[in-house]
Amino acid sequence: MLCDVCGKNTATVHLTEIIDEQMNELHLCEECARQKSTQMESQFGLSDLLAGLADFEKPAKKLETVSLKCENCGLTYNEFKKIGRLGCGECYSAFKKYLVPLLKKIHGSGQHLGTSPVRGTKILRKKIDLTTLRNNLKKAIETEAFEEAAKIRDQIKELENKHSQNDDEVKKDEA
Amino acid sequence: MKLNDILNHTSEWLKGEGPNSNIVISSRIRLARNLDKLPFPNWANKKQSEEVLKKVEGAIAGVDYLKKTTVFRLEDLDSVDKQFLVERHLMSHEHAQKADSKAVAVDEEEVISIMINEEDHIRMQVMQSGFNLFEAWSIINKIDDLLAKELPFAFSADLGYLTACPTNTGTAMRGSVMLHLPALVMTRQIDRVLAAISKLSFTTRGLYGEGTQATGNFFQVSNQVSLGLSEDNIIENLNGLIRQIIEQEGQAREVMLSRNRSLLEDRINRAFGILKSAHIISSQETTELLSMVRMGYDLGIIKELDHRRINELFIITQPAHLQKLENKKLSVQERDVKRAEIIRSRLKI
Repeated sequence: MLCDVCGKNTATVHLTEIIDEQMNELHLCEECARQKSTQMESQFGLSDLLAGLADFEKPAKKLETVSLKCENCGLTYNEFKKIGRLGCGECYSAFKKYLVPLLKKIHGSGQHLGTSPVRGTKILRKKIDLTTLRNNLKKAIETEAFEEAAKIRDQIKELENKHSQNDDEVKKDEA
Repeated sequence: MKLNDILNHTSEWLKGEGPNSNIVISSRIRLARNLDKLPFPNWANKKQSEEVLKKVEGAIAGVDYLKKTTVFRLEDLDSVDKQFLVERHLMSHEHAQKADSKAVAVDEEEVISIMINEEDHIRMQVMQSGFNLFEAWSIINKIDDLLAKELPFAFSADLGYLTACPTNTGTAMRGSVMLHLPALVMTRQIDRVLAAISKLSFTTRGLYGEGTQATGNFFQVSNQVSLGLSEDNIIENLNGLIRQIIEQEGQAREVMLSRNRSLLEDRINRAFGILKSAHIISSQETTELLSMVRMGYDLGIIKELDHRRINELFIITQPAHLQKLENKKLSVQERDVKRAEIIRSRLKI
């Protein structure tokens, strides 16, 4: 049997679509089937996908999630499941119990390790510089550019000193 | 700055300079931020959205580093203007849909763009020419710090920056690199490469972001995970992946050149020939042929051009750009004629 779409290759995928109670059979070759499936993915939006993931989480506790609501913006957990978007930052605390497992599923982690507003960023940025410098030092040693290596080593020392001073200041501030 | 000033200017990311510019068109970092307690754009009422808009506009105006940016309210722009900004990658297609309480701030060099009330209250991006993620990060990190001094961001120590969609929570950062991979496509290795990219939790998109098809052998690769890794780690991982793709594309180009030189020269020169002589040409055909010509220049087969001229042609032949250049609405047929005319005149030697 030849593919219904291109009419060239042998059909290896057989699909039954039901649209408005009308049954349609489609016989597709592998290539056309792949195209069809990407089309379907794009129609099947992200919100459905997220809703699916969230639903999968706690099927038994339906009653509890029905009444769950963010006090700050009024979004209910059920509405979030429908639209796949949160209403405000406070929703994260309101739905924490269900959101953290969802976040873990999406990202493989539920713990932020990046910058924080204003102060934290400065400390983290030193870290990049240090990593770059250490890499450069390694390269310089590998290529036997020892004079260059010595310079980089001094820069690293200087940065590390500043870094620990900074940490001390942060600690002082926090105390 | 007026919107029309942008038209006669080459965006920083189109200059075709920067590291690995034979394969990498541009590098971009995007950060999403929201104002504490205020509902996200999709869930906010008109009054709340206006409040966000005014607060963010005020913050931008108060930051000296951003003094060369101009804020455009979307309600002041017509559909061609909006499409024009989308074509230049200064705002997303989604942002252009509804104009309510939305704005975009753009700087003169088109390095910085800040969308207000897109999916999140703030979506800022920094674009650089070539393979230059670290430079883009250092600029956007600075802007983020400066804006954080003016605005209270929705942030939790455990979950990081809080965004409308849980797929962005955490660093709320997306790093993207736009790659031109004609040789991997022609040697049929691209599916293998794309499969590897998605296995490593990175995504690939077309030229115009989410939901767009990859045309003209252009692929945008970006990170998917935004929580559980620091910004530096995310960028380093993306950087390492891109480095490998660049290497594979380079090898594929060399293999084609050594094994199928005449075939390659034929395809490239035919593409160049059509562009130089066509009188009616669609946007899609233009992109595909320019892709061949760009590779031809990179491989030394075409000598009389440069990256900047080729990159510019990709952009100015887009529908809204053509209409801005002509200063009137053009039908699809009229655009195809105008497009061919502009390409012929720009490629005349």
